[in-house]
Amino acid sequence: IWGSHICRVRGLSSSSSPRVCIVGGGPAGFYTAQQLLKNAAVDIYERLPVPFGLVRFGVAPDHPEVKNVINTFTQTAQHERCSFHGNVNVGKDVTIDELRQAYHAVVLSYGAEGNRSMGIPGEDLPGVFSAKDFVGWYNGLPSNKELHPDLSFETAVILGQGNVALDVARILLAPVEMLKETDITQNALEALAGSKVRRVLIVGRRGPLQIACTIKELREMVNLPNTRADMLPADFEGIAEALKDLPRPRKRLTELMMKAVKEGGDDKAEKCCGFRFFRSPVEVLAGADGKRATGIRLALNKLEGSGESARAEVTGQLEDVDCGLIISSIGYKSIPIDPAVPFDPRRAIVPNEMGRVQDTAGLYCSGWVKRGPTGVIATTMNDSFDTAHVLIQDMEAGKLDLSVNKPGAQAITALLQTRGVRTVLFSQWEKINAEEEKRGKSQGKAREKLLDVDEMLKIAWS
Amino acid sequence: MSACALRVFLQRAAVTRKAAQQTFSQTRAFPQCVTGSYTHSKGINTLTNSLRAEEKVTVHFLNRDGKRISVKALTGESLLDIVVNNDLDIDGFGACEGTLACSTCHLIFEEAVYKKLGPISDEEMDMLDLAYGLTDTSRLGCQVCLRKDLDGMILRVPDVISDARVDSEKESSTAPPKV
Repeated sequence: IWGSHICRVRGLSSSSSPRVCIVGGGPAGFYTAQQLLKNAAVDIYERLPVPFGLVRFGVAPDHPEVKNVINTFTQTAQHERCSFHGNVNVGKDVTIDELRQAYHAVVLSYGAEGNRSMGIPGEDLPGVFSAKDFVGWYNGLPSNKELHPDLSFETAVILGQGNVALDVARILLAPVEMLKETDITQNALEALAGSKVRRVLIVGRRGPLQIACTIKELREMVNLPNTRADMLPADFEGIAEALKDLPRPRKRLTELMMKAVKEGGDDKAEKCCGFRFFRSPVEVLAGADGKRATGIRLALNKLEGSGESARAEVTGQLEDVDCGLIISSIGYKSIPIDPAVPFDPRRAIVPNEMGRVQDTAGLYCSGWVKRGPTGVIATTMNDSFDTAHVLIQDMEAGKLDLSVNKPGAQAITALLQTRGVRTVLFSQWEKINAEEEKRGKSQGKAREKLLDVDEMLKIAWS
Repeated sequence: MSACALRVFLQRAAVTRKAAQQTFSQTRAFPQCVTGSYTHSKGINTLTNSLRAEEKVTVHFLNRDGKRISVKALTGESLLDIVVNNDLDIDGFGACEGTLACSTCHLIFEEAVYKKLGPISDEEMDMLDLAYGLTDTSRLGCQVCLRKDLDGMILRVPDVISDARVDSEKESSTAPPKV
């Protein structure tokens, strides 16, 4: 199922097989490894003690089936020719050049850990968060554990209308009963149980026909208990007429939105959620004391052109919305991790041709750091398979010097040791995993994630 | 991966998939597939049981490389089950293990066969809408169960995007970019 399992490189033993290093233990890293394992020994390096990247820290807690891919990643990690090394910060603990010396090829699969900023005044005020951090908070990303978002305000505004924005809205409005058996962190669950947020507006620059979310997420929003739709019919002018010419997926998505506009939902519902179109954020407004966000100023746009390539143009009109929680969900962003690696700051990706890093033989990339931060897991899967195939092609075409023996993890682990860095092996992650499941069980939850890296390490190495 | 390890991997995946299915919420539509392990049959004697037992049917997969893979499978199995149980060489098939959380088990049917298939739920259509190369005779393999009257059908495995130079905005002409 994962491609031909006929070994193309004969005599594949652990001492003489080609060795490939993958930087990043998320979906891109694991799917790339999966394809490469037929032809090489593969080591995956990950900064955190725990693997799986956005599958663990990005996918919403109420979407557990999306996380089923963890099963196949686990199989990959347990392959005899694969080894996982957590707790290694590539770029800081070890350089890309050092990895390239120890391996025949290196694949960068480290994703997008930054976020696009709105670039507006007041963006740094308390009460404003990136969706990346908010999602990281409810999903237990260690660096977001002290986020403490203040949920005591009635209205939350989310900028951006992709699936991440919808996830955030749904988690803010979902009844606690829906969340309490998931792997959402306990502190987020408690904060949400005490939340006063009752109204969420999801704001986009363009119109209903350009909305970036997909229908499954929209349907979940429409079906959310105790929540009615809060839409502006004016935003939907002309949309009904455009329906007949739309391809089926866009048509169904638009029809569902229009149904929500028309039906509105239960008047007795205590919560409401709606889209606001043709609006761009221009300033976060602070209260009289200037200490925190109390509202957001939006510029009204008009649309030039149509379809996917329609552009938002300013009209000069402004609109202020009172709110105490502002979440900017306008995209993740990759960052450069090592000066030796080319980086395109405008597109925020590693420049490459089909996964081969520009001007750097033996260096490849896959996933978001290669293509930019869009797409579902399956998109990254196909992309990772592509990079792996290109790498294998290069191996077979003699573009990588496989005649030289490379020491691989043995050398890198020894080097890390001299720098006081100890790695977490996959079997050690499994101790963390068992502990999280155990703690979760006592609370009736799928798992209780450890939030503290030191605690993770203590358990891993116990 | 050795054939032995691969089989273990696939068996574990199938077991986990069944376990995952059992924890599903009611918004998920399941195929009403009858698998080999299903034995619920109130008060029907064993002779009738053997007459009602699963039957072998032949299915042909037309793979992305143009090669045809023919398998015999039991009625009641989903098309995803068939791919997994027979260890078919289809890259990336069934990533979410049959839980309607992806579109990687997308298959294209012959028109006459497509018309004979059971109804398609909103949930299946929602995920199918994201599939690359969507056609009017596309279905998700995890939602279609084998029946005797589907014997001999040819299923085309659609191409996935394999050119990294393709702009991600144009990945699918029918779906918006999504995260």
